[in-house]
Amino acid sequence: MKPASPIARFWAEFRESRVALAALAVVVLMIGVALLAPLVAPQDPYDLANLVLMDARRPPGFVGSGGYTHILGTDAQGRDLFSAILYGLRISLEMGLIAGSCAFVIGVSLGLGAAYVGGRWEAFIMRVIDLQLAFPAILLALVLSALLGQGKAQFITALTAAQYAYFARTAHGAAAAERGKDYIEAALSTPLPGWQVVFRHILPNCLPPLIVIATVQVANAIALEATLSFLGVGLPVTEPSLGMLISNGFQYMLSGRYWISIYPGIALIVLIVAINLVGDQIRDQVNPRLKR
Amino acid sequence: MTAPLLEVDNLATHFFTRAGVVKAVDGVSFRLSKGEVMGLVGESGSGKSVTGFSLLGLVDPPGRIASGAVRFEGQDLVSMRPSQLRRLRGKRIAMVFQDPATTLNPVITIGEQMRMALEAHGVTGEQATRARSVAVLTRVGIPDAARRLGAYPHEFSGGMRQRVAIAIALLHDPALLIADEPTTALDVSIQAQILAEMKALVADLGMALIWISHDLATVSSLADKIAVMYAGRIVEAGPTAAVLRNPRHPYTRGLLDSLPARAEPGRDLVQIPGSTPSLLSLPPGCAFAPRCPRADAACQVMPELVTERLRQHRCHHPLGLEVAT
Amino acid sequence: MTDAFLNIENVSRRFAPRVSFGDRIAARLGQKVDTRITHAVDGVSLSVAKGEALGLVGESGCGKSTLGRVVAGILAPSSGATSVAGEPVMSGGRKTTTRVQMIFQDPFASLDPRMQVGDTIAEGPLAHGLTTKAQARDYVGKWLTTVGLDPAFAARYPHQFSGGQRQRIAIARALAMQPDMLVCDEPVASLDVSIQAQIINLFLKLRRELNLTMLFISHDLGVVRHLCDRVAIMYLGRIVELGETQAVYAAPQHPYTQALLDSVPKLVLDDGVTTSFKPIAGELPSPLSPPAGCHFHLRCPLAAERCREERPLLREVGAARLSACHFAPFAPA
Repeated sequence: MKPASPIARFWAEFRESRVALAALAVVVLMIGVALLAPLVAPQDPYDLANLVLMDARRPPGFVGSGGYTHILGTDAQGRDLFSAILYGLRISLEMGLIAGSCAFVIGVSLGLGAAYVGGRWEAFIMRVIDLQLAFPAILLALVLSALLGQGKAQFITALTAAQYAYFARTAHGAAAAERGKDYIEAALSTPLPGWQVVFRHILPNCLPPLIVIATVQVANAIALEATLSFLGVGLPVTEPSLGMLISNGFQYMLSGRYWISIYPGIALIVLIVAINLVGDQIRDQVNPRLKR
Repeated sequence: MTAPLLEVDNLATHFFTRAGVVKAVDGVSFRLSKGEVMGLVGESGSGKSVTGFSLLGLVDPPGRIASGAVRFEGQDLVSMRPSQLRRLRGKRIAMVFQDPATTLNPVITIGEQMRMALEAHGVTGEQATRARSVAVLTRVGIPDAARRLGAYPHEFSGGMRQRVAIAIALLHDPALLIADEPTTALDVSIQAQILAEMKALVADLGMALIWISHDLATVSSLADKIAVMYAGRIVEAGPTAAVLRNPRHPYTRGLLDSLPARAEPGRDLVQIPGSTPSLLSLPPGCAFAPRCPRADAACQVMPELVTERLRQHRCHHPLGLEVAT
Repeated sequence: MTDAFLNIENVSRRFAPRVSFGDRIAARLGQKVDTRITHAVDGVSLSVAKGEALGLVGESGCGKSTLGRVVAGILAPSSGATSVAGEPVMSGGRKTTTRVQMIFQDPFASLDPRMQVGDTIAEGPLAHGLTTKAQARDYVGKWLTTVGLDPAFAARYPHQFSGGQRQRIAIARALAMQPDMLVCDEPVASLDVSIQAQIINLFLKLRRELNLTMLFISHDLGVVRHLCDRVAIMYLGRIVELGETQAVYAAPQHPYTQALLDSVPKLVLDDGVTTSFKPIAGELPSPLSPPAGCHFHLRCPLAAERCREERPLLREVGAARLSACHFAPFAPA
């Protein structure tokens, strides 16, 4: 017997891809350790009392004065890199998820609203969004971060503003296709209130492509955050994300202390690749042309 | 009677899916002579289209011909190499589909498509291909054919597109044409035009035709003989008028009774209860038994195909033979 | 008609082509951009009595589905108005009545694939206070039973049903709104023959038990003859003939009706009889540029000079019989 609900069927199919399943496990694991960083990490890297300058810039495997092994080495301030990465992951994921969610809500509302209302409003909203999409997201985020100044809220605003347009475009496209279908006409002929048509029928049926975009955009937001932090216009130094760790270690790259930059970089790459693999599998599953 | 053009013997086409083996066609046999028209009738999932595809070796994985033989002009198509089959396909056997878009390339003019179809089977030369294309287009009722060669498929209406598809099928004067629901998507007035053309074509060209359809009325007006399929098997076959006038199988009877045209307006139609069975879980005996008013314990065993003169049926309790028993 | 229940008054529906921004610039620069307006429905007036079933027959592109959508309140008419029991179907571009419900052709498209069918059925009645959250389960069960389905099916999703069962669910959804009238747009066209008969019988039963008024849109003359009291024949946006079904089929009063009836393949039960089709010459002209005068004159065997210039009006040509042919009435053959 085939599982009944669409979600159960989706999961049954998802499970068949080992790569996607492994990627999902990686994502879940990384989110897990990021959430539990204070418990998992051997050291609180941002408690200055813990830092011993003598332990600075030690290679992986070094047993520091704290009595435990720095499996990934230490950075210029003597922080345990493994712990720093866990805390950095936390901030990176937080930024990515919050900015991604804000962009999702704003973009999808605009896209669905435009498709449902139609006419001049639809044309106006979508032209503005097209115009914005003509600029690279990184440029927009860069300019906005520079204008708004440093700070978590400002940074999330910049990321959201740079990304909502992708959601709006996708939501609009999907909703415009759904709007013409018979079951929407059936809802209109009942008649159901407009909000119910939009939120109970159009939105759930537009979700598959939106979830795909959402996964990719969370990965993009994390990458964008890392880029901006690396360039020094991102988060304040008090919020050391993965990007900032890479940036901090960058000056030691040529002096052979590769680990300070490389390990946060690997963590970043693994996270982004894993999210993208999950997104790819979801995309394959929702694309009717690839259906067997 | 001369040797048949086409002999299908115990053909079985199965689809090996994750959910199990789907026996889309399971033990189908029939013969077709030159110039003969056979209507292959059934509902969705009966295997009528898959039968058509199987004859041409066009079954896509996970489906394949599991067993049986298809002899056409003395050659066995099932054991034939794909390259040989390709030489036959489009030349000696042609096919027309419900949606002409399956045959027509939207970005190439129809003249070019016809030239390619001709050259694929050795007809070359600007003059020859052009003349042949105009001739077949005119034959299927496309006005001003010479000028229309430069047109793209989208410049034709639905009915005209189907005519173009039929014209392409006729390019090499095939001995057998397989038409899969070619008029189902068309309006009645256009359907009538194409049916009239088809009748004339068969009469003039001496071509054999397998007309796959769910519509008993179109089949009855076109076909010399009819085969009714249910759940992958032919349940009844014979001369069209005889079968429809006096069906042996309760399913054929049920299909006829379902037609509103034969009932008194406003009265309930005699309906077949239930729905077509899943090919994944067919009952061991007669597949129609769960819906059949005449079914009893005997129907738990698959009935053999019974032949009486020109007719065949696969039923333990055939209709219209009560006098004999 | 004296006691008209559904009133369609001079309804027209035009579709303007979507002219994009790029096209508009192209037009400014002197490019030819197609801005012709389609008259999908062109001044149609009809009335249907309470409990009556009216068939609306025509070929694809004749505007029958558009008219159905106007009556069901999905599309606003460009001009004219429709009312049910004196109540306008739409006002201010929104549907304001629940008395008319619609059933669609493709039961695979007309049910929301992501919603349990019970929720799909209950949704409208809940929004309009016909049932309560607490009673919704029984309410849905009652309508599922009415259409011949097991109430336990409410928890399933559309993909778990066959085409015939889905069409029953779509009918249950419409009935759950307790309508007086159903607009059915080709409700059996995409179903298998044996399932078609089941659904036709269901419609017959519903008419008997619920005294429903029906607008039954179909290209299938056989189905309409079986289900409908009266029939209206449409051609390129206009009604060309209207009358009692039996009378229209027996003696058509418009050459197009005659041609349609001749085109229907009939079951031939005699050996060796070569049925001759009398197909209508030519194709349906584009609704973008319908011929002047009588729209049918290009394909009509009777066409004369007058038909090319003067639009024939729908007029009475017999008892309860309207035809839009200059030459009607025709003597019975």
